[in-house]
Amino acid sequence: MIAPAPLSSEPATSLAIDIEHRVGHFTLAAKVSTGPGVTALFGRSGSGKTTLVNLIAGLIRPQRGRIVLGGRVVFDSAAGIDLPPRRRQIGYVFQDARLFPHLSVRHNLLYGRWFTPANRRYAHVDAVVELLGLGALLERRPLHLSGGEKQRVAIGRALLASPRIVLMDEPLAALDSARKAEILPYIERLRDELALPIIYVSHAIDEVARLADWLVLLDAGRIAAAGRVDEMMSRIDLRPLTGRYEAGALIETRVGETDGRYDLTTLTFAGGTLRVPRLTQPQGSLVRVRIRARDMAIALTLPQDISIQNAVAARVVEIGTEPGPIVEVALEAGGIRLVARITRLSADLLRLAPGTPVWALIKSVALDRHTLSPSPGGSQAELEL
Amino acid sequence: MPTLTPLEIEALSLSLKVGLWSALTSLPIAIAVAVILGRTHFPGKSLVDTLVYLPLVLPPVVTGYFLLVLFGRRGPIGGPLEHWFGLVFAFRWTGAALASAVMGFPLMVRAIRLSVEAIDPGLEQAAATLGAGRIAVFVTVTLPLMLPGIIAGTLLGFARSLGEFGATITFVSNIPGETRTLPIAIYGLTQVPGGDAAVLRLVLLSVAVSIGALLASELLARRIARTTA
Repeated sequence: MIAPAPLSSEPATSLAIDIEHRVGHFTLAAKVSTGPGVTALFGRSGSGKTTLVNLIAGLIRPQRGRIVLGGRVVFDSAAGIDLPPRRRQIGYVFQDARLFPHLSVRHNLLYGRWFTPANRRYAHVDAVVELLGLGALLERRPLHLSGGEKQRVAIGRALLASPRIVLMDEPLAALDSARKAEILPYIERLRDELALPIIYVSHAIDEVARLADWLVLLDAGRIAAAGRVDEMMSRIDLRPLTGRYEAGALIETRVGETDGRYDLTTLTFAGGTLRVPRLTQPQGSLVRVRIRARDMAIALTLPQDISIQNAVAARVVEIGTEPGPIVEVALEAGGIRLVARITRLSADLLRLAPGTPVWALIKSVALDRHTLSPSPGGSQAELEL
Repeated sequence: MPTLTPLEIEALSLSLKVGLWSALTSLPIAIAVAVILGRTHFPGKSLVDTLVYLPLVLPPVVTGYFLLVLFGRRGPIGGPLEHWFGLVFAFRWTGAALASAVMGFPLMVRAIRLSVEAIDPGLEQAAATLGAGRIAVFVTVTLPLMLPGIIAGTLLGFARSLGEFGATITFVSNIPGETRTLPIAIYGLTQVPGGDAAVLRLVLLSVAVSIGALLASELLARRIARTTA
């Protein structure tokens, strides 16, 4: 069995919440439902992300509302339903791993499995150990693990409880960038090879862009916006929340040929083609590209004598109205939204206005392993756990 | 190796018996009190706190007097206990164990409570999300992580019991073979002319037993720390 079969008539919904929770002066009011795949809860610290996840897990009880996980009502204040955490069938991966210090890695992994009735277990120890590369760690104590190893064990422990939904609360936040790069592929495998919905809390937009299908933007205890991650990332009105430096459009592309002489791989998407430094992904597979707004320039005519080779014909859709020297310009190319970040001076000199046909210029070297990742669902192989 | 006199054997074995019984019987109560004090908040908590630590600061004679009044054969607790359960404390070794338990109780609670408060509640939350109920969380996570404190507390209580004198002699007096533990035997012999040599032997015996108990506690704590760290 690959993943738990949906129990209800709402298989397309991984999470539906409508809750109100007040702690002191902070009120969290959230109403949102998302589809299958990875849902990112994104916001600054203090925006209520962790509180929301703890409400979903049942570690905190909201004053009012309703929470449905994978079609199962786990909390409903009106109906008097409040399942304790242990009955919610969740796999919670905490920011600080929270491995049991008195147990070996093996017994940490087996902990949740032990409490799962045999007829509900779908995750097999060997498969999880293999998926997360834990084979060499089994007899070790958590004290003797690195931060990245701890987090991998924590993910394995959550999976072996055979959950219907996985909650990850900033699982990478406590790790340095090398450790992050070590864990991210494992989380991608989880996303692609198990049909498990994942709620992923993060305040790093690059992680969100890489992993998520759905994005829920939290701001001061409220949901500012929610939707498909690619749509959300190209909305310039959300920039104050998604952040400026790392933000940009997300596009799904197909891997084409690789030029052997210059080591450049061609990626095609509805709006045109991009050439990027050689990719390891096989030809024909899907790759998600985040084109950071700051890496994109705009020209009115196709420049001839310029080092930038990636030029995509587009037209202006919208120009940001934020005050200051810099504006965000939303473009559209073949139905795909792009975003460029240029100075207000340039926008005025080029007389940009909605409808203006332009060339969007993107440096190939800006598209690297930080901005390229396998598409969600890009891998068709499903893993037996 | 010098052989022990019958009096020494009697006092030593009585001391060990009293110490073991006082430590082991008060342990479950000490664990419960430590968990309640370390983990919960309720009105009147500071009162309970004070009550638990009271024997530490009261003159032992006063504690012994309270025990005598409460647990005497006609006392408000001792009377019913004898009537319903046939349990007698007054002037019996059981009374010596009770006095030791009461005197050692604050030390046990303190050691265990420190270990409870050092446990990250996040670990218990993690266990709950993994499917463990409250009792399972306590047995599989909280209790094992408290183990160093439990062992330290038990040995402290036991060691404290070996030295217990004031409350014991007030409550159960000095009865050979029944309540004459090592310290009481030493005290008794100092009151007798020409008992100096016997006193010295008992004193050395007492020192040896106490050092042994502390060493055992140290070794055990280190072993536990190695396996749980």
